[in-house]
Amino acid sequence: MSQLEIKDLHISIGDKPIVRGLNLTIQQGKVHAIMGPNGTGKSTLAKAIAGHPDYTITEGDVRLDGKSVLAMQPDERARSGLFLAFQYPSEIPGVSIANSLRAAVQARLAEGEELDATAYYKKLYAKMDLLKIDRKFTSRAVNDGFSGGEKKRCEILQMAMLEPKIALMDETDSGLDIDALRIVADGVNAQRSGPSAPGIMLITHYQRLLDYIVPDYVHVLWDGRIVKSGDKSLALELEAKGYDWLKQELAPATA
Amino acid sequence: MSVASSTYLVGSFTPEAFEQSLARCAHLPAWWLDRKRAAYARFAAAPMPQRTNEGWRFSNLSTLTLDGFNLPAPVRFDQLAHRELGVTGAGHLVFANNRLVAAQPLDASTAGAGIIFDTLQNALLQHGDLVKSHLLAQPSKLGSDKFAALHEAFLEDGAFIYVPKGVTATLPVGVFHYASGAGAAVFPHTLVIAGENAKITVADFFRSEKPAEAHFACGGNDLYAGHGASVTYLAMQDWSRATLSFQFNATVARRDARVLSLNLHAGARQARHESFSQLQAPGAHSEMLALTVAHGTQEFDQRTLQIHQAPNTSSNLLYKNALLDQAKTIFSGLIVVDADAQKTDAYQSNRNLMLSDEAEANSLPGLEIQANDVRCTHGATSSRIDREQEFYLESRGIRAAQAQELLVFGFFEEVLGKLEHQELHDRLTEIIREKFRNQ
Repeated sequence: MSQLEIKDLHISIGDKPIVRGLNLTIQQGKVHAIMGPNGTGKSTLAKAIAGHPDYTITEGDVRLDGKSVLAMQPDERARSGLFLAFQYPSEIPGVSIANSLRAAVQARLAEGEELDATAYYKKLYAKMDLLKIDRKFTSRAVNDGFSGGEKKRCEILQMAMLEPKIALMDETDSGLDIDALRIVADGVNAQRSGPSAPGIMLITHYQRLLDYIVPDYVHVLWDGRIVKSGDKSLALELEAKGYDWLKQELAPATA
Repeated sequence: MSVASSTYLVGSFTPEAFEQSLARCAHLPAWWLDRKRAAYARFAAAPMPQRTNEGWRFSNLSTLTLDGFNLPAPVRFDQLAHRELGVTGAGHLVFANNRLVAAQPLDASTAGAGIIFDTLQNALLQHGDLVKSHLLAQPSKLGSDKFAALHEAFLEDGAFIYVPKGVTATLPVGVFHYASGAGAAVFPHTLVIAGENAKITVADFFRSEKPAEAHFACGGNDLYAGHGASVTYLAMQDWSRATLSFQFNATVARRDARVLSLNLHAGARQARHESFSQLQAPGAHSEMLALTVAHGTQEFDQRTLQIHQAPNTSSNLLYKNALLDQAKTIFSGLIVVDADAQKTDAYQSNRNLMLSDEAEANSLPGLEIQANDVRCTHGATSSRIDREQEFYLESRGIRAAQAQELLVFGFFEEVLGKLEHQELHDRLTEIIREKFRNQ
């Protein structure tokens, strides 16, 4: 069983510290929701773990199955089992989804090993059917001119094809209407069972997503740290009382 | 600085060399030999390009040598590492060192429709009037008159393609031009004449037999599209990295004709390409496309002219360059709209993708408009690989080099996507990919 251990993690953008001593362990097959108001470091956490060059990890460690990923390039991190589902996926004109996904699958094969194209397309079409994605979709350029819902489905499709050990899902619900949200959530839930189910860090601002992707754990990120953890009822409590409630509750502790 | 002596002006292309080449053409019509003699005289008299010449702005002139080359001995087809066009049943001609070495004629049904696909020499002998009207019939206007004259003087053989009125060539034809042997000078030519409402696709390949040999390549193509005709022309320049290359294109589009030419520039140490499109009658359209992959210290020098001579004509130029290492590109383009060419719609765009901080892309877009009711747009941009796009692909596990290659293909796709023939599209993609792998 794979696991991601985040230990005393400090992340800066330039000189500005954003995440300040974060600890979290994610087991394969479990969904950890990370909630918190804007600007508390949720997206920073996901992108830094994936290796985005704009973020500097100043202290702490991130280990996948006991092995630190911090010295790895983003592509190595991905091949070792991490996946980032972007909040705002890049549009890449001229590069088709089929070609980029193929390159990603090919990159995971041993040198000299050729991709089994028949098996690849069979799997791709099965995953697309599951996500209610039209077959024509794969010849389109990655995210180019996609609606919000299409972009997020495209992210989930890639996740389904690449079968990561740990998926970092950054605000997967943003920009989705309720129908699109359902489809995306179904796509994620379909990957939650079975021996290769990834561990998921599900970053969200709203409780709404958690009605559809029910988390095993909920953590509240505040000012660069996890200040409260619980089960799904914590999300409901936050939804009912708002982040201000938490602010007041935390006030004596942080004063 | 060199002294402008006569040897400096002709280099290896001496009067003796010219006579030797002319002797091999002695059986050809007298008018053609006269033209060659006149061309040699123009070549020998013309100065080498000067720094003050606007048509050579930004070009490296010190490396434009005419010395050290020779008119090469024949080579056999089996000495070439030839790769077929990859289109089943398509005709092809293979030239090596200025001579035909192999041919796959058109199938009987295509030939029966009246399409002629033959050598220029045969065409000169059998269809002299057609050749005379179209072979090198357009003036050299972009600065290389000396080298264009050299091309005409030493042109011994090439491809001739004629599609008669109302005939559609269902398959493309391929023309391969090889250079072989150190210092080999080659003068390839492809002449395409499409009659009224005729349709044809032609692919020209330029390749050195050995990757390390230095060659001198001075080639040209004439594309003539008659009333309502459609010509698609693809050129893949993949000479050795030590080659000095010149290519001249002249396109003529008549009423409602459509010409699409796509040039891939991959080879040579220094490659100059001049492309001249004339939109001569209403409804004429010229699509001028180019892709360049510039590596090492390669220089690609592209000069273009789109002349709109009649109302309601359109042209669309899109030149995309990917630059690596210390490579250099020059794009200089001019759109000319004559006074009575109202309702002209002309577009000209040069886009450069900088993959290195040391590469240099120069752009000189230009307009010269005499009509008052036209739409002309032009622009040039240089950009780098988008870091977010690169990170996105890498975050999927794609290695940095592969991610860059995907992004370059993404950048090229706007041009590649205009090529309808799947096999030709694949071949083009493969040459680009090989170039990236062997950089």
